[in-house]
Amino acid sequence: MQLSFTAEEEAFRSEVAAWLEEQLSGPFAHIRYIDSHLEKFEERRRWEQALGAARWSCIGWPSQYGGRDATLAQQVIFAEEYTRLGAPGRIGHNGIELFGPTLIHFGNEEQKQRFLPDIANGKTLWAQGYSEPNAGSDLSNVRTKARLEQGPNGPEWVIEGQKIWTSFGQFCEWGFVVCRTEEGSRGPAGLSYLMVPMKQPGVVARPITTMTNEETFCEVFFDGARTPANNVVGEVGGGWKVAMGTLSFERGASSLAQQMGFRRELAALVNAARANGLDRDSHIRQRVAEAYAGLRIMRYNALRMLSNAQHGRLSPEAYTYKIFWASWHRKLGELAMDILGAEGELSDAEGYEFKGLKKTFLHSRADTIYAGTNQIQRNIIAERALGLPREPRGQ
Amino acid sequence: MNFTFTEEQLLLQESARQFFAQHSPSAAVRAAMNSANGYDESVWSRLVNDMGWTGIATPEAYGGLGLGQIEMAIVQQEMGRTLFASPFLASIGLAIPALLAAATAPQRERWLPALAAGQRIAALACTGARGRPGAAGVEAVLSAGPDNRYTLNGKAGFVVFGHVADLLIVAARAPGSSGEQGISLIALPRDTAGMKIEKVVAMDLTRPYARIEFDGVEVGADAILGAPEQAGAALARTLALGNIALAAEQVGAAEQCLAFTVEYTKQRVQFGRAIGSFQAVKHKLADMMVRIEAAKSAVYYAACAADEDPALLPEAAAVAKSFCSDIFNLCAGDAIQLHGGIGFTWEHDAHLYFKRARASANLLGDTIHQREQIAQQLFDGDQPLLRQLGGL
Repeated sequence: MQLSFTAEEEAFRSEVAAWLEEQLSGPFAHIRYIDSHLEKFEERRRWEQALGAARWSCIGWPSQYGGRDATLAQQVIFAEEYTRLGAPGRIGHNGIELFGPTLIHFGNEEQKQRFLPDIANGKTLWAQGYSEPNAGSDLSNVRTKARLEQGPNGPEWVIEGQKIWTSFGQFCEWGFVVCRTEEGSRGPAGLSYLMVPMKQPGVVARPITTMTNEETFCEVFFDGARTPANNVVGEVGGGWKVAMGTLSFERGASSLAQQMGFRRELAALVNAARANGLDRDSHIRQRVAEAYAGLRIMRYNALRMLSNAQHGRLSPEAYTYKIFWASWHRKLGELAMDILGAEGELSDAEGYEFKGLKKTFLHSRADTIYAGTNQIQRNIIAERALGLPREPRGQ
Repeated sequence: MNFTFTEEQLLLQESARQFFAQHSPSAAVRAAMNSANGYDESVWSRLVNDMGWTGIATPEAYGGLGLGQIEMAIVQQEMGRTLFASPFLASIGLAIPALLAAATAPQRERWLPALAAGQRIAALACTGARGRPGAAGVEAVLSAGPDNRYTLNGKAGFVVFGHVADLLIVAARAPGSSGEQGISLIALPRDTAGMKIEKVVAMDLTRPYARIEFDGVEVGADAILGAPEQAGAALARTLALGNIALAAEQVGAAEQCLAFTVEYTKQRVQFGRAIGSFQAVKHKLADMMVRIEAAKSAVYYAACAADEDPALLPEAAAVAKSFCSDIFNLCAGDAIQLHGGIGFTWEHDAHLYFKRARASANLLGDTIHQREQIAQQLFDGDQPLLRQLGGL
């Protein structure tokens, strides 16, 4: 067990920081420290392409697919420097962190060569097609169907159904979509993991306005959408295993980048408390110190989880990672509003727009819902990690 | 950067787990807590002679194993799991670090080998009768007289296993001093004239305290560790390392609370179902696990910081101790709750954990104190922790 980085790793940190600083004080200065998820979307697409051109986009991937074969320590360093220097949130997140690793693990060689380089160089954005109006926490209750038909260029999947909560669905070129491909099947059986072009007549992505008054996700309608028969990851009917694999990649080194964002929020909160004199209030001091401790612990939760995964060790902390950070972040938003007081209610623009800690307060309500609600996380921990009896299922 | 145990550390963990499972079952803990000394000397001598853990973090030059705080935390965690009753924390977790932090080379050579070899037991008396936390808690007064002679007066409380210690390491302050200023650490054999040591009855019977009165104790200059009135930083380091050891123990004990409660809820049937199948029960257990895993991260981080970067130590120890105290209190409390009536009985072990949780949280500075240490570094002076967050 060792906290410190080697001299080579520190040299790598300097190299990363130098490149980021050059870009973010030069051609991409206008998107540095950008707060919104949607603002300047096309400029951010060009940023993804600049990362890709310099091979900084997916450094943990094998080099033949556009990565750098980076070590875990290098990935941690990159993630932390990326956020520390104010680089914008990755609009390519779903492709880079979820779909790419899934394809590397479950895809065939032809698929990897075809799709991965375009993700790494920022050409294609990917949408996640999992949740449906009736498949939220009960994720395997998928009703979107796909059937094989003969098309003009060979057999094709024809897709009918609806997905929801699809992040940036309105901007994505491709989707990884879990569909029911065996007629009459139920639950996890009979599902397939399809790669579907999103820009086609049979696909309509309609943005949903969130409680932050932003359009960060969509409902997506599939009405006779088509994709070639070989665009299936893993086996036909074996999509559930692949979909679950994707969820396990959600806990990659990029979570360290997220934590650097949390650091910035906590610093802003400390400054806000000082600005309005609450830094002398013992109750606030205790709560802020508790938040600080939680943030510290989160980093070592992540490093433990990532280090253990790299050594192929079973790691109980992996089960607890998401609920810990999500609950922490939501509580931070509440603490921030307690510190800001009534002024925290006032919009930051002419219209209805909230920034900084106010936005954290609103946005963090989603953290304990998406990617498995806290309640589902507790069920999973209780059943899989602690071996308690499974939930009874209805008919 | 690598945040996994080495093979050697995993082996140490395994052998410690086995040792305490075998030698510190519930019956042994209860026998120890009902005995006059508060521990089983035959098991202690096995720990000393067969395992050698009394020398775990003492440098090899003084006859120790020369291992680090990670190894110390591993052993403490396993001791906590079974509530092993022994003077290990007192002697190895507190007195040895105090000697290493404050003593001159001749003083180290005089005291450390016997402590590391487990032939002698030492205890740390660092707080007054009220047990107030940190440097402010040091209430005994050391007055300088002529010819390099000193006199010690006052009281110490909450001296863990002080009633069996061969050697007392006593923190005392110069008359009129406050905070970390004017603090001396003094090594006094238990038969020193003017010192009255008595065991007290406290809530946690598995780790007895002594109270000590110093009534005009004559102290020679050679008994003062290092320079007189200069041991404030050494005491702070000792308390930080002690808090990490305590935090490790709390994690092990909390894990045990979760383990025996999970087992019980799988067996106990009500309404025709194992109660562990109800979400109200499952979710409480899941929350215990979430906090325990986080607590482990806090402890291992703090132990790494202690070994690698002394600048991080105060903050890391405060993070670990505050968090682990809270989660152990919570896990022990929920263990009682989920057992129902049987959990409230003397016969069941849950109350032993519950009481240890409260006592260990208070010992060496409670959660309010630890959080205030963090808050000071965030809000006050040049705000070093805010700087670290990138907010300055």
